[in-house]
Amino acid sequence: MVNKLLLLGDEAVAQGALDAGLSGVYAYPGTPSTEITEYIQQHPLARERGVRSRWCTNEKTAMEAALGMSYAGRRALVCMKHVGMNVCADAFVNAAVTGVNGGLVVLAADDPSMHSSQNEQDSRFYGRFAMVPVLEPSSQQEAYDMMSDAFALSERLQLPVLMRIVTRLAHSRAAVQVDIARAQNPLSPAADRTHWVLLPGNARRQYAALVEKQAEIKRIAAAATCNQLTLGRRGGVGIVACGIGYNYVREVASADVSVLKVSHYPLPEASVRQLAAHCSELLVVEDGQPVVEEQVRGLLPDDYPVCGRTTGHLPRTGELTPDNVAHALGKENRRAFDKAVNVAARPPQLCHGCGHRDVYEALNQVVSQYPAARVFGDIGCYTLGALPPYQAIDTCVDMGASITMAKGAADAGLHPAIAVIGDSTFTHSGMTGLLDAVNDQSPITVIISDNLTTAMTGGQDSAGTHKYEAICLALGVEREHLHVVVPLPKNMEEIRRIIRQEIEYQGVSVIIPQRDCIQAYARRNKQVAH
Amino acid sequence: MKKDIKLSGVGGQGILSIATVIGEAATEAGLQLKQAEVHGMSQRGGDVQSDLRLSTEPIFSDQIATGQADLIISMEPMEALRYVSYLNRDGWAVTASRPFINIPDYPDEEAIRGELSALPHVAMLDIEAIARENHIPKSANMVLLGMAARYIGILGADQLRDAIRAVFCRKGEQVVSDNLKAFDLGLSACTI
Repeated sequence: MVNKLLLLGDEAVAQGALDAGLSGVYAYPGTPSTEITEYIQQHPLARERGVRSRWCTNEKTAMEAALGMSYAGRRALVCMKHVGMNVCADAFVNAAVTGVNGGLVVLAADDPSMHSSQNEQDSRFYGRFAMVPVLEPSSQQEAYDMMSDAFALSERLQLPVLMRIVTRLAHSRAAVQVDIARAQNPLSPAADRTHWVLLPGNARRQYAALVEKQAEIKRIAAAATCNQLTLGRRGGVGIVACGIGYNYVREVASADVSVLKVSHYPLPEASVRQLAAHCSELLVVEDGQPVVEEQVRGLLPDDYPVCGRTTGHLPRTGELTPDNVAHALGKENRRAFDKAVNVAARPPQLCHGCGHRDVYEALNQVVSQYPAARVFGDIGCYTLGALPPYQAIDTCVDMGASITMAKGAADAGLHPAIAVIGDSTFTHSGMTGLLDAVNDQSPITVIISDNLTTAMTGGQDSAGTHKYEAICLALGVEREHLHVVVPLPKNMEEIRRIIRQEIEYQGVSVIIPQRDCIQAYARRNKQVAH
Repeated sequence: MKKDIKLSGVGGQGILSIATVIGEAATEAGLQLKQAEVHGMSQRGGDVQSDLRLSTEPIFSDQIATGQADLIISMEPMEALRYVSYLNRDGWAVTASRPFINIPDYPDEEAIRGELSALPHVAMLDIEAIARENHIPKSANMVLLGMAARYIGILGADQLRDAIRAVFCRKGEQVVSDNLKAFDLGLSACTI
């Protein structure tokens, strides 16, 4: 029976993992990766098989737990957005040194054009860095099919396998033909300690073995069927098309152009040389950073022309589009109608009735009386407080940086130094920084704006809900400088008083404005009504 | 045969439901389909858009190229204007006429209407008013789908009606019949 499902790229990944005999998915929500874990959480097969799928506190705890499941012999998937790779990098890179037991697939969803991110980093670098295979599907169907290959490859090589997707695949739907689900692996823990105890003596041996494996990793990539060399007319431009770049090439290039489709790294070097010999110049079409372009240049003689993102043929920043790929191929997609004049930007904003609004209202009123004050922001819905009408935060860098940057600025003599962080971001990466501040008795005021959910990504469970006071007290925040308030207009007076009082305190204070996310609240009421 | 459709609106207006209905109809009809959505940030009162591509042949790109869309379906007039450079020469813009103003620098409403009316093929209706007058205020997006139905071309009205039934059936018979009524109101309002 042919079974076809209409799936987002994220859902195709999830269905592929389930059908490959997954035993656990470990993830922290992050656009554009969130729907992978959500799909597994709601899938009947996952329920029937007891696939572990609850949200993790951050990407590092996710990666390590998945490695533990792999150690025990079962198949595990770790999902995150690209910047999550930075958080779990320690575990990821060292998992390549220990190696794995049950299949371990790490999925990174990159966000070229930064639709909802703070940078455009390319996760393929992490694959090279850790020296593991990288898979980059070009379509929803390939994403599904590759998942079972990825787990099999991971078990064959005894290494984690990185799968990299981008926003346009993650959040695009297409029909996917699915197979029958494979059985899960039985419990079968690793037996050899020397692989897993990375004392220098063992680590040197393991690292040497990883380096030695590279030849086999390259051989497998060179033979992979998802890497396809199609030779067309001789001479002229040949195209190296990576991941979904292949789609744009197929959309705009004429049928007789020579194309090397790349979906499995390391780069198939022999195919690149063959393409180069057949053509007189190469164009590299890849979403993200010029990872392949620079490698291709290294493979060919200095005077062989290689074009791409570093030569201006494609833009150096931003995602690929059918328009910029057409331009790189010397074709222009012409518009029939000019861009309209009467169009204004419509940025996202905090919802009406959102508790973060009341927090910023109160904070702005107090801060206006302290011209030297700086407010260090963090990552979540409340980052929108940077935009009008509030314009309440001065920084937003990475998960947890509000507390630590406020601390560093306070160390430098800045006062008042105020941090604003959300509940989920606080447990993700804020707690350790708060401990530093407590140990140093840094004069900072931390506002943990608690809406009892991970709101920005659509309302996932937040790891520390109902535990924030206990966590702060346990980290050493003094009882009299820890306040829980309800951010509502009627409480403005009280909230302002507390903020003012704690700014004046020369140590660590924590204020927790706590109120349900208005979206989560509405969704819950709707469910009850049904 | 192919149809490239740009769907646009403001977060929460229901453009993804329109995409879901067309997608369901296309799948039932055995058409190839790709539908790119924007999630995350844009849901908070920001602009949202979705590229929906239908074809009898395989589709490669998830995104529609400049100058190649056959149809813009928009829940909001300025959001329709945002994408006119994607429209092909014979393409139609089908849009709600009532502005959704949640930004301080929203352009002059008459100027927006004027720019839209200058397009050779445009259909504009106050779908919220139609939905309200007919006591189906939550089905404005299906009025819009009804307006667009004759320009989708690759799918017939009956196929779209079946898809509305399939997509909304788990929400109960009332929701299905409201949405079918909305669809037919849009369809008959747009007789050119």
